[in-house]
Amino acid sequence: MSETAQKTTPLYQEHVRRGAKIIPFGGWLMPVQYTSIIEEHQAVRNNVGIFDISHMGQLMVEGTGARAWLNTILTNNIDKLEVGIGQYTFLLNERGGIIDDLIAYRIDEEKFLLVVNASRTDEDFAWLEKYTEEGRSPDRPGGLETAAPCKDVDLSSRSADFGGVAIQGPRIAELFHALFGEDVDLPPRNHIVDLEFGGTNVSVARTGYTGEDGVEVFFRASDAAKFWNAALEKGKAFGIKPCGLGARDTLRLEMCYPLNGSDLSPERNPIEAGLGFFVDLTKPNFIGRDVLLRTRQSGPREKLVPFRMKEKGPPPRPHYSVFKNGERIGEVTSGTLSPSLNWGVGMAYVSAPHAKIGAQIDIEIRERKFPATIEKKPLYEKS
Amino acid sequence: MNVPDDLLYTESHEWIKREGENVRIGVTDHAQSELTDVVYVELPKMDRQANAKEAIAVVESVKAASDIYAPVKGTVVEVNKALEADPGLINREPYGQGWIFVLKIDNADDLKQLKDAAAYKEQIG
Repeated sequence: MSETAQKTTPLYQEHVRRGAKIIPFGGWLMPVQYTSIIEEHQAVRNNVGIFDISHMGQLMVEGTGARAWLNTILTNNIDKLEVGIGQYTFLLNERGGIIDDLIAYRIDEEKFLLVVNASRTDEDFAWLEKYTEEGRSPDRPGGLETAAPCKDVDLSSRSADFGGVAIQGPRIAELFHALFGEDVDLPPRNHIVDLEFGGTNVSVARTGYTGEDGVEVFFRASDAAKFWNAALEKGKAFGIKPCGLGARDTLRLEMCYPLNGSDLSPERNPIEAGLGFFVDLTKPNFIGRDVLLRTRQSGPREKLVPFRMKEKGPPPRPHYSVFKNGERIGEVTSGTLSPSLNWGVGMAYVSAPHAKIGAQIDIEIRERKFPATIEKKPLYEKS
Repeated sequence: MNVPDDLLYTESHEWIKREGENVRIGVTDHAQSELTDVVYVELPKMDRQANAKEAIAVVESVKAASDIYAPVKGTVVEVNKALEADPGLINREPYGQGWIFVLKIDNADDLKQLKDAAAYKEQIG
């Protein structure tokens, strides 16, 4: 894709002005780092960091049939969500494969905000649109026995008009109060609230992708620069750093949070990915349910596992082969040098019989095999 | 970006410093900036013979692994062991303590194929 075809977020000029290194990512020109991935990573682990997440898609699903319909489309159970709370969930194809992983917020009784991956936004929207237009019927693969009342569902994308940032790190509470006022409460984990900021409304969700306490803040695109600069200014006292996608990737990998396109794909289902917790198979119907039931019954053929290298050496990378006693048993999907551990870590799909915590495996790097151990999640825990 | 006038350069972002019959080789300031934080260096083996443009070492950042090429034909006579303990030297001192290896060159005329500072500056813009 040429640079001219890449989209920019409402914070792009701020990134350029502050000297960020810009790369194309999922159709967007995004900062990969400002000064150093490792420094930005440590800022989030020790103090606080701010990330532009305006490239992520923001889809609205509303109407009298929204709740019931969405519960047939997503894997987690939306009926368990009270108004003002969000949940991690999956959008699956009829084969149970992952189109996207996302957070669904229940904004009102029959109004939902879906925060989806940048590179999948258009695809997600088209998928949802297809199912609102055509409805679901027993003669469709993965269809319901009775069609959901999808004529009462209104689907829209507010991605172009809205931006967002993630503010993450142990000093988030201090920064939150500096931004919104000492008497304003941080929303509890997974809650989303509307707050007043400088004369406009912003939505603040207590969530993140780093393993640290934090919030994601969504605002109108026209308010993006104002909020970003205010957060950096107020955050100075708490050691804030603007952070790029590089640190976002190392932080999430230490926590074993999956990245769609690397660890998740339409060829993988949530059970293989070890994320069955976010699938409610007791729901009577949702797209992909029959496949997941079979996978659960027979057990997945391969499983996504975290691993840690046994020796100091080259960091593992996506697509490196995984071996056990000389036999190829899988492939790395994410890998890096963990800045917190200063050690090579990664995640790989390996054949199920070998996917055991503590199992010894080898990662092939430039035709040499390096020993590694399958670990439990997360790869990094604060002492 | 710092591009010292007294060095030679390759299109693949190595710098070359003539030291009699040998050349000392590292990656340029521009290259280290593009690589981002270097976290691992795979040094070439001592006494290894390499052809020009042959991949001979690997520099890994948090994000990716990049090959380092022999700029001219020669034999590895020295490697920078300090990079094993402190690969960040490449970021901090790309033209100094961050050097990677020394080649004994087969034919000094081969150096004429390399870029001077002006040509390299033009390449990186």
